Formats: sequence, C-alpha cells, structure tokens
Amino acid sequence: MRRVVVTGLGLVTPLGGDVESSWRNILASKSGARQITRFDTEGHACTIACEVPMDGEEDALDMSKRVDHKIQRQVDLFIQFGIDAAGQAIEEAGLTDVSEEDAERIGCLIGSGIGGLPGIEKESIVLHERGPRRVSPHFVHGRLINLVSGQVSIKYGFTGPNHSVVTACSTGAHAIGDAARLIALDDADVMIAGGAESAICPLGIAGFAQAKALSTRNDDPAAASRPYDVDRDGFVMGEGAGIVVLEEMERAKARGATIYGEVVGYGLTGDAYHTTAPHPDGNGGFRAMRNALARAGIDPSGIDYINAHGTSTPLGDEIELGAVRRLFGSALDTASMSSTKSAIGHLLGGAGAVESIFCLLAMRDQVAPPTINLNNPSEGCKGVDLVPLHAKERRIDAVLNNSFGFGGTNASLVMKRV
Amino acid sequence: MSDVAERVKKIVVEHLGVEPDKVTEDASFIDDLGADSLDTVELVMAFEEEFGVEIPDDAAEKILTVKDAITYINEHQG
Repeated sequence: MRRVVVTGLGLVTPLGGDVESSWRNILASKSGARQITRFDTEGHACTIACEVPMDGEEDALDMSKRVDHKIQRQVDLFIQFGIDAAGQAIEEAGLTDVSEEDAERIGCLIGSGIGGLPGIEKESIVLHERGPRRVSPHFVHGRLINLVSGQVSIKYGFTGPNHSVVTACSTGAHAIGDAARLIALDDADVMIAGGAESAICPLGIAGFAQAKALSTRNDDPAAASRPYDVDRDGFVMGEGAGIVVLEEMERAKARGATIYGEVVGYGLTGDAYHTTAPHPDGNGGFRAMRNALARAGIDPSGIDYINAHGTSTPLGDEIELGAVRRLFGSALDTASMSSTKSAIGHLLGGAGAVESIFCLLAMRDQVAPPTINLNNPSEGCKGVDLVPLHAKERRIDAVLNNSFGFGGTNASLVMKRV
Repeated sequence: MSDVAERVKKIVVEHLGVEPDKVTEDASFIDDLGADSLDTVELVMAFEEEFGVEIPDDAAEKILTVKDAITYINEHQG
C-alpha cells in the first residue's frame, strides 16, 4: 500500500486562531476555559466552556481572512472554523492553485460530531414563533455536517473524493484514518482531513449537562478540566477545528514538502456495551490501540508519547488508562501520556484531529504537552508519566492518539517521524 | 434618495457582502452582485421584515434588481 504523510496543518482552538498560537499557549500551560459569552447561561447547571477567541481577543481567529462575509452569515460556526483551519493547512501545503488534473486527485474528508446545533436551535425557535415562511433558505446546507468538506472543495476546486465522518468524539481521528486509507488505496493523492465543532449553545450545553457529562466547576473555569485528577467532575465543552493535509509520500518528497510525520497505524473498534459509558474493562479502546500498533508494525515500547482521550470524566479517564496499562505493560515506564483537553476542553468531533496535530507538533519540537490542573493524580494513575502541569522536553519519534465516542466508537492513530 | 432606497441598499450590502457603491438601482442581484437564487429568497425575506410587507412568491420572482425591490415596496407599503 502507498504511504501517507502529513504536509499541512490547520488549527482553530480555544487557545488561538492558528497552529502556532494554539501550540505556544498549550506549551505555556494556559487554559482556554471561561464563562460562556455566546448566550445567557441563566438557569444552566454548567456556565463554562472553552470558546475560540474572536473579535480582538488575544490570539483571536480573524474569520474575515478566509471565510466570505456571505458565508459567515449563512453557515454555522463549525463550518466556518473548518473552512479557516482547512485554509491554513492548504496554504501551508501550497495547494491554493492546482491544475484541473491535480484537483481530481485531491479530496476532502472533514467531519463533525454534532454539526450545526446552534443554528438548528435558533431556526426551530423562528419556526415556532414566526412560522415556516421565516425559516432561512440557507438553513439546511448551513448546518449539515458534510458541508465543511463541501465548502472547502468549492472554495479550492478539489474534485476528488468528497466525504465526511460522524462518530461523535471519535470523528476527527476517524476522518484522518479513513482519509489516509483513501490515499493508501489510490483513490486520491491528497486528502484534506479532520474535524470541526461548535456546539456551545443553550441546547448543546443543557443536553450534555443533563447527561451529567459536564464539569460544573462554574466558579473556577480554568481549573475545571482536570483529567486524571482526584477532583475531576466532567468535561468542559470546547470548540474549533483541526485539519491536516495528507499526501502520498512520494508526491510530498518529490515537491520537497515539509513532512510532519507519517500516518502508520489506524485501529477502529466498537464497545457494543452502552451509549455513553465506556466498557468497564476498556476492551474497545484496548483493541483500537492494539490494532493501530499492529498495522503500524510498532511495539508499545516504540511509542514515546500518547495523547489520551482523557476527557476529565470520573469514569472514562481511568478506564482508558487501564487499557493503556494492559497493552503497554512495562513499556509505559518510558512513555509519556497527557490530555490536552485539560487546556482546550473537549472539542467533540474536532478533538481527534486537533490532538493529532498536537502529536505531530510534539514530534516536531520534541516536547510533550502538559496535562494541566493535574495536582493530585487519582489512585489508578500512579506510576504513569501524565506530564502534569508543565510541558516536558523529551525524545518523541512515534505517537499514539486515542479518541472514543458516544455509541461506543473507538479510534486510535499511530504516527511517526519520517 | 428616498428612505426606502437607502434601507433596501443597506440590506443588500449586509446580506451579500458587497461594496455599497456597487449597489446601484440598476444592479441585478444575480448578474451584478453575486447572489444565487437562495440569496434572493433571503433578500426578499429581509425586505418583508424591514418594511412590514408581504411579498408573495410570484411577485418575488420578478424582483431582480435593486430598483425592482424599491418599486415594489413603495407600491405596497401600508
């Protein structure tokens, strides 16, 4: 099979509107959490989230740079975040002006966990209060999950595979894994792949809060996302997008591209257990990781850094860690494992892609990003280097990224330096 | 210029993201201002909102330029 490498990165996160600002703030142990500004949180059990900085805030996303004024009015934020992040990656990979022939070999596979929930919520109120003739003609295509792929393909003229993934919080990892396979199997030479999310709206926050998934540490948002810590009480909702350019390796080498790493392993499994709770023995995550490593032909001892799913929920963190322990055994003694959700919250469908980018940057800069707020690791975490509080310089040649989602859907990716 | 014309142009600028000086009375929404057919549906909805008029579908189909919109609103505003 053909080999696949990453040659472009794009990030929109609660810690910055681009790759370098997000990464700089992650390494500086900053938190992107704050009181929700998007809507009035009166009556909500959870009033905090990690919002993307915009409109003059520090390290803000400048939406006007890559998203047309008209499109900004018509489509949900997750699509706008996706267009911007894709644009960053596409510009870096030099794909802004390709021939018609090349364009047929370039595709898009960008997903979202939830899609345009804020717009669905808003428009359903319009329908209820003012009737069907006031519903926006842009309502449907401004909310659909595959419309990030659609918008990006239209903007840049990419006429290869146009696809999307919807697997809750595993979406971003599945998108990268599936897109890499499309290149490996010769359906495309280049894929724009990743995930985007923006569900910080009354219905999104209330829904996750009612499912008892969110932290309610409303009086101290920066300390609310604390994976592995004894005092963790749920995840903090994040938003943003992570998008990579995947490229067939020989093509990338021939044009002298910057290569961030090779996608060498991908594992997918299902828990077949419960809609929201992971299987108590972590079997689904265990097999996803095992399959990804087997595909990569790498032993656990070859993995230097693990970016954990680690959402900061009481149940999930330790089950994942147990599965990692079972698979890695003594190899875990030399690996570092952290959850960057501690800093940017949980980007749901964007998480797996954003975190894959952090993995690639960890290899580039030879530094493991921290698990912030990890002041008191819970009992099951003893003896594992969870990179507490501060980033850690270390050798990182190969990485593992885990993403697990509602419905019991698990994805693991293995990437290594070329 | 009438108040209606000013308000129509403001809506067009805001919805289509075009430069104000391009929004002349003769400008066609689709041919000159980059609108697609759904954008024109949205524009008509915005005119209905702004001026408190109801523009039935058969009339909306005939509103192709800025001037068409201004004329219709002037004739039907209560």
